[in-house]
Amino acid sequence: MNTPFIELKGIYKSYGNVNALNNVNLIIEEGRVLGLIGDNGAGKSTLIKLIAGVHSPDRGEMWLRGQKVTQWSVARARAAGIETVFQDRALADQQTIARNIFMGRELTNALGLIDYNRQRREAERLMREIGFTSRVFSPDSRVMTLSGGERQGVAIARAIYFKAQLVILDEPTTALSLTESEKVFAFIRELKARGAASIFISHNIYHSFDVSDYFAILDRGSIVYTADKSRVTSAEVLIHKLQTVARHGTLDVEHS
Amino acid sequence: MDSTVTSSTQRSEGLAALRKWADQNRRGLSAAVIFVAIWLLFLLTAPGTFSDPLAYRAIFTVMPVDIILAASLVFVIASGETDLSFPSIFGLSSYAFAFIASNGGSPIVGLLAALTVGALCGLLNGLLVTKLGLSSLVATLGMNFFLRGLINVLTQGIGIPLTFLLDTPFYNVMAGQIGEFPVAVFWAAFVIMLCLILFNLHKIGAHITIVGDNPESAKEMGIDVARTKTITFIIVGLCAGFAGVLSSLINNTWWPTAGDGYLLRTLAAVFIGGTPTWGGVGTVAGAALGALSVGFIETGLIGAGLTAFWTQFAYGLVIILSLIGHRFNQGRYR
Repeated sequence: MNTPFIELKGIYKSYGNVNALNNVNLIIEEGRVLGLIGDNGAGKSTLIKLIAGVHSPDRGEMWLRGQKVTQWSVARARAAGIETVFQDRALADQQTIARNIFMGRELTNALGLIDYNRQRREAERLMREIGFTSRVFSPDSRVMTLSGGERQGVAIARAIYFKAQLVILDEPTTALSLTESEKVFAFIRELKARGAASIFISHNIYHSFDVSDYFAILDRGSIVYTADKSRVTSAEVLIHKLQTVARHGTLDVEHS
Repeated sequence: MDSTVTSSTQRSEGLAALRKWADQNRRGLSAAVIFVAIWLLFLLTAPGTFSDPLAYRAIFTVMPVDIILAASLVFVIASGETDLSFPSIFGLSSYAFAFIASNGGSPIVGLLAALTVGALCGLLNGLLVTKLGLSSLVATLGMNFFLRGLINVLTQGIGIPLTFLLDTPFYNVMAGQIGEFPVAVFWAAFVIMLCLILFNLHKIGAHITIVGDNPESAKEMGIDVARTKTITFIIVGLCAGFAGVLSSLINNTWWPTAGDGYLLRTLAAVFIGGTPTWGGVGTVAGAALGALSVGFIETGLIGAGLTAFWTQFAYGLVIILSLIGHRFNQGRYR
């Protein structure tokens, strides 16, 4: 097997008395989609925030392309090609679409002055690419005026512009219409086609089954099941696993 | 025929661009409308005063200090915090200046010392708010008392005359006059330019508004929220230090109360200028116009033959009316 894009080894993270993550080991492969599944509070968001650099683990190692990572942060993660579409979309409502797309990674000259014309041009191109259906919006429109799907589009535009090598999507289809969800799936297929890795988190197991190449089930901070899609015959198998976990409290760690 | 079509398209494109510009700058523009309205009102009610260049000279002699303070406050308010300690930072840093200058030190060293003291006070405010998680409203209120107390303890309430600086090159460059025109106005314009560049064109300005808009999103996108907020407090400290030195030079004296009267009128200037209280947006140009509006009210009331007792009444009225105006403006354009 090739060197994985990211390898997590023995990750622990707790908030006060709550063990959010308990000895998590996980491999994220290039050019493939990981379906990360688990109940509310299983630790999915914590896990992706560690990879995204928002939080740091209490213990454990993260390896990026065979190199051990130290001093991880959002800025470093983004510089390494990791873009995250957070559940809350990480938008600033009163700012323009262009400013939101380039939030934290503004296009600047050596003095730090923002190249607004370029940001506006790129934003306009990205909006077309994502398929903003309404002509009413310009890159100068404020994000607060956008619909749920359009807000998602702004968040995804970041990953497109910066040509992310790993895109983490946390509940990307929640509250989206059918056509809007289809755009998200198309985006994930494009990522895969150009060899980028992605992590897809959803409560909708059917969505996850359709789009993912391999699966991991997280339960109370531990990975309890991993499987390649070739071993999973249908979404029902995954649902059954989840139900077993919920009923028996745990499932012996199983890798197939 | 063709040319008519082209010119009308060009005109409508021009109009569209103008409308877009007006929409993007609506806060600053409504501050300009308020300023012009106040000016016209006084021009009508006190034509004697407001058609006399002398009145403007009087206003422009004291306004630079207000303008510099108001512009700096936009940063901290747009970042979602507030700073009530700038009057005492103003006092303490100008004390450093007056102390050094009156003890035979170079006034330039004194100015640098004032800026350093201002920046350090701002840094302390920033650390209290971002590292200890204190409310900026209360922490800077405390700092305002604390620093003023420190000034009083250090000086035992005694001021420092600075008349010996009159007509020195330093004085002339900082607070002298070119003909009838006060040089300090250029310094205010210089600070406004710097603030405009930082706030509107530099990425730090973008980060400040994003942090004030949604700190969680800012953090998720890799913006250092604590660092960004601390920078805004340092900007206030630096500007308070610079304004304090200017003010001491203009008055030829450093007073232990220096800066005291600026708290509410500067905040009023920022809000009249169109920066809202909730963070995420702000306008430096608006704050400068707001400061001018406040200055005009003071001079205008006296010019119109009203006693100074009316000043606060008029401030209150203008603040409330302009907030209603800004609110209306937003509702209409959003």
